[in-house]
Amino acid sequence: MELTINHFLTLSAILFTIGVVGIFVNRKNIIVILMAIELILLSVNINLVAFSVFSGTIAGQIFAMLVLTVAAAEAAVGLAILVVYFRNRGDIAVESVDLMKG
Amino acid sequence: MELIAFYIFAAIVTVSALAVIMAKNPVHSVLWLILTFFTAAGLFVLVGAEFLAMLLVVVYVGAVAVLFLFVVMMLDVDFVELKQGTLRYWPFAALIGLAFIAEIALASFARGASTTTSFDASPGADTNTEAIGQVMYTEYFLLFQMAGLILLVAMIGAIVLTLRERPGVKRQNIARQTSRRREDAIEKVEVEPGKGI
Repeated sequence: MELTINHFLTLSAILFTIGVVGIFVNRKNIIVILMAIELILLSVNINLVAFSVFSGTIAGQIFAMLVLTVAAAEAAVGLAILVVYFRNRGDIAVESVDLMKG
Repeated sequence: MELIAFYIFAAIVTVSALAVIMAKNPVHSVLWLILTFFTAAGLFVLVGAEFLAMLLVVVYVGAVAVLFLFVVMMLDVDFVELKQGTLRYWPFAALIGLAFIAEIALASFARGASTTTSFDASPGADTNTEAIGQVMYTEYFLLFQMAGLILLVAMIGAIVLTLRERPGVKRQNIARQTSRRREDAIEKVEVEPGKGI
C-alpha cells in the first residue's frame, strides 16, 4: 500500500471533527474555542495541500497560503476583542456575553 | 517508508489535537497546538510542499501560538472554574462529532478510494518555492494583494481595539508644544545686586 490522497483526507476529516467537538466541549472557555477554530483551519489546509500535491497543480497551495493569512488575521482580531472584553468585564466566560441582549 | 512516516505524523497530529481540546490548562493547550502545527508541517514536507510547511512553522508557531500564549498568560482568569461542568457537554459533543465522521465517511465511501499514488508538489519547476513564486505574483497577484490588505486591516483593527486613553497620565501634547512662543515661555528679570528676586 502506498500513500494516497485518501490518507490525507481521512486525517483532515478527523482533525476537523476534533476541532468541532472542541468548540462544543469548551463552550465556556473562548480561548480554547479560538484554538479549536485554528485546528479546523489546519485541517482545511491539509485538504488543500493534499489535493494540490496529488493533482499536480499549484493552485491549492496558493489557496492554503491565503487561508493561513486569514487565520492569522482572525486570531489577532479575536484575541484583541478578548483582551478588550476582559478589561471591561473582568472575566471571559462565554455564557456572560449577553450585554447586547441579541 | 512514506506510509510509515505518514502514520507516525498522523498519530501525533491526532493525539495532540485531542490534547488541545482536553487539556485542563489553556497554556498546555497552546503548547499542544504548537506540536500539532509542527507535525502538520512535517506532513507537508513529506509530500514535498516545503514552502507551506515552513510558512506554517513561521506563522503559526512563531506568531499565532505566541500571541495565544501572551493572551492566556496576560488574562487573570480562573481557568479551573471555567473548566467545571464541561463534563456534561461531552455526550452532546460526541454526538455531533460522530455525526460529522459518519457523514464524511459516507461521502467518501460513496465516491470510492483514489488510486493515485504519484504526487508532485512543484509542477513546472525544480523546487516547490519556485513553483509557487512563478504564479504568486502573476496569476494570483490580486489575491496576494488582497491577503496583504486583510493583514493590514487586522493589524489596524487589533491596535484600535486594544488602544486605551487612560486619564491622569501625563502625555506629550505636540500641538501645545509647537504653539509655544518665546514671549510666553521666557521672562527677563533685572536683578539688582544684593537684593535677589
